[in-house]
This record gives sequence, C-alpha cells and structure tokens, in this order.
Amino acid sequence: MNLAKDFPILKRKFNGKRLVYLDSAATSQKPRQVISALKEFYEKYNANVHRGVYNLSEEATQRYEGARTKIASFIGARAEEIVFTKNCTEALNLLAYSLGKELRGRDEILISQMEHHSNFVPWQQIALERGAKLKFVEITKEGKLNLASLKKQLSKKTKVVALTHVSNVLGTINPIKEIAEIVHKNSGAVLVIDGAQALGHMAVDIKKLGADFYAFSGHKMLGPLGIGCLYGKRELFQKMKPFLYGGKMIKEVSFVGTTFAEPPYKFEAGTQPIAEVVALGAAVDYLNEKGMGKIEESDRKLVSYALKELGKIPEIEIYGPKTAEERGAVIAFNIKGVHSHDVATILDSEGVAMRGGHHCCMPLMSVLKIPGAARASFHIYNTKEDVDAFIRGIRKVREVFK
Amino acid sequence: MQEIYKENILDHFKHPRNFGPLKGAQASAREVNTICGDEVEVQVKIKAGKIADIKFQGQGCAISQAAASILTEEVKGKNLEGVQRLEKNDVLKMLGIPISPARLKCALLALYATKNAIKQTKDK
Ligand SMILES: Cc1ncc(COP(=O)(O)O)c(C=O)c1O
Repeated sequence: MNLAKDFPILKRKFNGKRLVYLDSAATSQKPRQVISALKEFYEKYNANVHRGVYNLSEEATQRYEGARTKIASFIGARAEEIVFTKNCTEALNLLAYSLGKELRGRDEILISQMEHHSNFVPWQQIALERGAKLKFVEITKEGKLNLASLKKQLSKKTKVVALTHVSNVLGTINPIKEIAEIVHKNSGAVLVIDGAQALGHMAVDIKKLGADFYAFSGHKMLGPLGIGCLYGKRELFQKMKPFLYGGKMIKEVSFVGTTFAEPPYKFEAGTQPIAEVVALGAAVDYLNEKGMGKIEESDRKLVSYALKELGKIPEIEIYGPKTAEERGAVIAFNIKGVHSHDVATILDSEGVAMRGGHHCCMPLMSVLKIPGAARASFHIYNTKEDVDAFIRGIRKVREVFK
Repeated sequence: MQEIYKENILDHFKHPRNFGPLKGAQASAREVNTICGDEVEVQVKIKAGKIADIKFQGQGCAISQAAASILTEEVKGKNLEGVQRLEKNDVLKMLGIPISPARLKCALLALYATKNAIKQTKDK
C-alpha cells in the first residue's frame, strides 16, 4: 500500500535524505484526514460537551459521542463500554487502582515476563500496596507466552490476569481467545489485555477475543496524541469504583456524599480531550476505509521481507517468533558487538528513524539477558523501499564497526 | 557523515585502555544510563593528591565506553583538584566528535563516575 502521500510528515528530509520512519511502535504518524479533523473541530465545533444547552455545544457533543460509537464498533463493542483516558498507560492505571481497591492479602495478580512497563509497574505497585502477590507467566525460548506456565499459576486466588496482545519487543501475537478460555476456566479472575501494539494493525473483535478489559492508545493507531481508550464489560464497569473523582463523573453531589454517573462517564472525570476524541474517530474511519485485512497483509509483507533480508546478514540476532505470520509489526534485534544506540545513531544519519534501548521492558531484557535491542517497527505508510533503506543502514553499521 | 564514529573513538571502544578491575583501589563509583543501559564503573588509587591509577569496567554504546577509555587515559597522574574541575566541554574536547543531546549522557558517564570515586576518597 503506498499511502505515504496521506502522511504529510513523510515529506520531511534529514541530512538531505527522505525520512524513513520505522518507529511506529512508539507512535504512529498521522494522516492528513486526522490532522484536518483536529483543525476542523477547533475551527467549527469547539465547545464543552454534555453541558451546554446551546447549539454549538450540542454539535460538539454529537461529534464526540459519534466518535465514541465509531471507536466502539471498530472493536465490536457498544459505546457505553468505551472509557476515554489519556493513553493506554492511564487505562491500565485506571484498572490497577479501581480493581486494586478490592484486593486483599492472599489475592494474586498474574502478568507476564514480556509486559511493557505500562502493564507491569501499575500492577506491581498495587500488589505492594495491598499486600497481594504478583506472579509472572514465563515465556518460551522462542519468545511466546508459555501457556502451561499460565495454566499452572491460575487458581482461586488469582483476581487479575493482565497480558499484552502483541509484544512491543518480541512482536509475539498472544492467542487471546485461547488465553481467555484458560483464564476463565481455571480462575475467577478478570482478563485485562494491553492492546497498544495490536489496534490499528489487526482486526480486533472484542467479543470473540473474550477479554474482560482491553486498553489501547489512539496515537499508535494513526490517531492524535493525548487520547486512549479502555474497553470494559458493562457489568464489570458497573461494579467497579471510580478511579478519578471530580466533575462530569457524578450523578449527584451533596455536603455529605456523592453518587456516581453510569459507565463510561463514571470513569471520565473532568473535561476530556474532545477534539482528540473526534480525530481518533477520523483515524478509525481511515483505517476502516483502507481495510484492516489489507493493513494486516501490508504489515506481514514488510515484516516478512525485513526478516528475510536481516537473516542474510551474519551476526544479527532477532528476538521473538521466527515467521511474520506469528508476529505484529515490530522486529527487535541486535548486531553482535554493537550497542543498539550506536545502531540507531548510524541509521539516523541515513534518514532512518528507529530506536535502541530497553523499550520500556526492563524485566524482559533481563530474561533475554541483553541490555537493550534495536527495533524497527512498521505501519501502513511504510514500503519495501523503506525496508531496503533500513537494511542498507544495517550494512553500514557493520562497516563502521567491522 | 558518521563523524561521531571516528577511527579514534572506535579504536578506544574495541580496545579500551585502563579496562578491568583495579587491585588495591581506594574507591569506586558506578554510573548507569537508564535510557540505554550503559554502565561505567571507575576505580581509583590516590597518592599525594594525584590519581596514581585508574581503571574502568562497563558495557554499553561505543560513545560511553570510548569516553571512559579516553578519560581514564587523560586523568591518570593528574592532580585531584584539576580532575574535579573537569566539565562537559572538557570531555567533549577530549572526544573530538559532535555529540547530540540524546547521546550526551553516554559521553559523560565516565566523568561522573570518576568525580564520585574521587569524592569518596575525600569523604573517608
Ligand atoms: C505494549 C505496550 N503497552 C503499553 C504501551 C504504553 O502506551 P502509552 O505510552 O501510549 O500509554 C506501549 C507503548 O509503547 C506498548 O508498546
């Protein structure tokens, strides 16, 4: 798919070379349609939502709630099952804080060795605070989730299982449907899925996956910065305590107490980033128009080609599953004897933007016994030529460090 | 183009000087760069107000390791006061390469570790 023309930033040049953007796992670029939606909102519809009785506020509210419906149906959910947050991290914190309030001493939280710090630190800290136990599902040598390890650690004590859909380092796509069956059969735990690296890359049907909660960031799925979402089953949202308190999340407030609004509003305290919500709706339109099947296919082609070309270079170690079919749109690797930051610096001088380091997965780095890794990640605007530029850069690294 | 990976820098990275444990060290200090996981540990021996010997151990990017190698060569035998006065720009001059803001911490790890190690010998 050559969609680069829809992404104005890709016209930029660095050191006289065109920008080859291979850091979409950190944040994706935005199509013109999303940028225009932001501008259009501020120029035509800007008003606070749900409060004004005037026309303008009514129009803003329609656009805002319309986007919620769009985003919900994008993952096969209902509008009231989508809570807006500022990013995936805040969505996971909402869960850790709210579910954490119910945790007691003997309860257990189960996460995995491959979690991003966003789906790791909140659970670790809540466990410490509540005196609950944090346990870890192990990964296999190939970088997949060890389902036997998952099953073995589940029990009546397990209250929360929180796992990533796609690893931002290994690229592993975890079999959520199978995991949901295992979790719900062997415990009473709720299953929380971190969808940051999945949404916008693959079709997600939340009801088919069977997860109880699903968190994601708008900015990684061609949407604007500053807006994330948390999907949750309605009956669970209804039982849960709020995370943040304040305006808009209440039903009635008196000097002695407060009753809370129905979900999703119960979890949306204060004025939300309204324009960003609307623009995320535009991103969903864009993704739908291109077709999630096509996007998946484009990712797979790029990853498959990149794996093949990297495989031809000696002294490269690639982490995670071997084939593109088993992977999301990221490839993390190391070149023997070269630190990942040196790799990134040399590629940068070639106009190729990618990164090195621990990718917010320090526990996983210790399991892999590496200080960090270089990582190339893709989205629909990337092309075969981008992979070629990347591979040329890698060859240059080897020349410099030979 | 790749001015930062000059022959001299790569040579220090591949063949670091003053690398390894220092027997009879009076103090040591470790610095890490949490962004990329670079580590430098510096050990010193002090005699008559001078750095009698200095060695480092560590792992990380070429800049952090080459900087440690170059800095330890530079300060060996030098007056403690002089070393404590060294600053960012002195290290950049020793390296002789353009360092972007993102890589500055890498270049300065060894300096911080060295100063901390010296400070410890004074505190004793
Ligand atoms: C797997 C995974 N989870 C969570 C996050 C956190 O996303 P955000 O920083 O947008 O909250 C990321 C982002 O890097 C990620 O890759």
